[in-house]
Amino acid sequence: MASENNVTTESYFPDGMPLPAPMPDGLDAPFWEGARSHTLLVQRCNPCGTFQFGPEWICHKCRSNDIGWARCSGRGKIYAFERVWHPVHKALRDKGPYLVALVELPDVGNVRMVGNLLGDPQQDVAIGDAVEVVWEDHQDVTLVQWRRLPVK
Amino acid sequence: MDYSIKDKVAIVGIGETRYYKAGQAPISEFQLALEAIQKAVADAGLHIEDIDGFASYSDDRNDPTRLAGALGIPQIQFSNMHWGGGGGGMAGAVGNAAAAVVAGYAKHVVAFRALAQGQFGRFGQGHAGARVRGAAAYTAPYGLMSPAQMFAMRTQRFMHEHKISQEALCGISLASYKHAQQNLRAVMYGRPLTREAYYNARWIVEPFRLFDCCQENDGAAAVILTRADRARDLRHTPVYLMAAAQGTGYRQWVPAHNDPDYATSNFKTLAPRLYEMAGISPTDIDVAQVYENFTGGVLMSLVEHGLCDADEAEAFCTNGNLEWPNGKLPLNTSGGNLAEAYMHGLELVLEGVRQLRGDSTCQVKDARVCLVAAGPMVSPVSNLLLRN
Repeated sequence: MASENNVTTESYFPDGMPLPAPMPDGLDAPFWEGARSHTLLVQRCNPCGTFQFGPEWICHKCRSNDIGWARCSGRGKIYAFERVWHPVHKALRDKGPYLVALVELPDVGNVRMVGNLLGDPQQDVAIGDAVEVVWEDHQDVTLVQWRRLPVK
Repeated sequence: MDYSIKDKVAIVGIGETRYYKAGQAPISEFQLALEAIQKAVADAGLHIEDIDGFASYSDDRNDPTRLAGALGIPQIQFSNMHWGGGGGGMAGAVGNAAAAVVAGYAKHVVAFRALAQGQFGRFGQGHAGARVRGAAAYTAPYGLMSPAQMFAMRTQRFMHEHKISQEALCGISLASYKHAQQNLRAVMYGRPLTREAYYNARWIVEPFRLFDCCQENDGAAAVILTRADRARDLRHTPVYLMAAAQGTGYRQWVPAHNDPDYATSNFKTLAPRLYEMAGISPTDIDVAQVYENFTGGVLMSLVEHGLCDADEAEAFCTNGNLEWPNGKLPLNTSGGNLAEAYMHGLELVLEGVRQLRGDSTCQVKDARVCLVAAGPMVSPVSNLLLRN
């Protein structure tokens, strides 16, 4: 599981970017509570074992409403990525290019999560690169970020 | 019993305002809507009093009640909005108007879109507040919030899967800009694009450079639909709907980019239905108007409509196939969203009608069948096949 190396209080973005908040109906509260305690959770249907993300009230496969949460190792691979140059948010005006990765998580049914790819925004990235989770702690919420793993 | 709309409805009138750069229209968005509708009615040779239905998409702000009140329309018999915030409903609005005509709900339905982004919010900006919830909570905090950013990710994956380079995107952009140089309505008229200028332009979000992205404009466009037997008595050659489809594939746009089939324009389930309704195949298409939010979506739309093979898409988009007059499949012959105007794609329907009337500024010789595909990579999407 996540070591202290997988935690940062340094924000990838300048202050002023939107931060996540749980939905008022409680649907995704376990996910954000998990992130707060540095545990990556995705939904798993208790009867049929199907993983799903984002959270839903029922299983998309068997339509059961008996849904639990499964722990992900925090290891994944890059399914797609993009280097963003043109800022569309005022907090990013002087930020320069940044990397967004879409990460596939093989140990939880290949669900995908979006995060930033930490490090040099100009680093060479390829689809399929291995990554691990990095927890970016803010005052009352924790973001799920990613770091490329060295090639074995 | 034939339940389809095939050959039962025609587009009989088209109208548009002057197209402006975003924020430069001297009149309000509502006035633009009124002007486009009035021009379409006049083009059809109808009277305003004949209009009894309205259809639009993308939460158009100009609601039928206010339009009908301003225009003095005796009664509304049909009013309809195609769900979805993007341009995916452009063909769907026309298809819904056609369905209303066939069902007998209304006789003369206008499908329209008015868009003055300078007077309201711009699509290309991030709108997230200090806190984001729901699906946006998994993307916006990471700087993934604009349409370009959402669609670049899908395009990147598609190009990876099929070994397609930037050249394909460049080819699509060059075709639109080339065609716009023939078209006095085009905002980019007089501003030709070269391959060199395409590559010298700044990145927006890789793999999209500036000229891979649609414009943002002020203006309005409208088309009038009526029953085929009525259409024959009107001013212009009727342009018949061979088919219309709308919808979305399995779990498309579930949160956080978890669509099982990710690198898609979302036409895989629609295109077969469209061809089946029309009773034709992709090789019967003479000219195509394919919505460009971004060039990558055009690439995927061409593939998913069977107009080229994914693994040969780069060659198809780069060897002049898409360019009028000599290409095999002239694409976006008015300049489209990239270079004519971003009327949220409705200008593509108007251009399809012009091609089939024989009065496009890039007229394809003997054009009989035109494909119109709406905003790709969103959900739901929609498409049309038109004939003369």
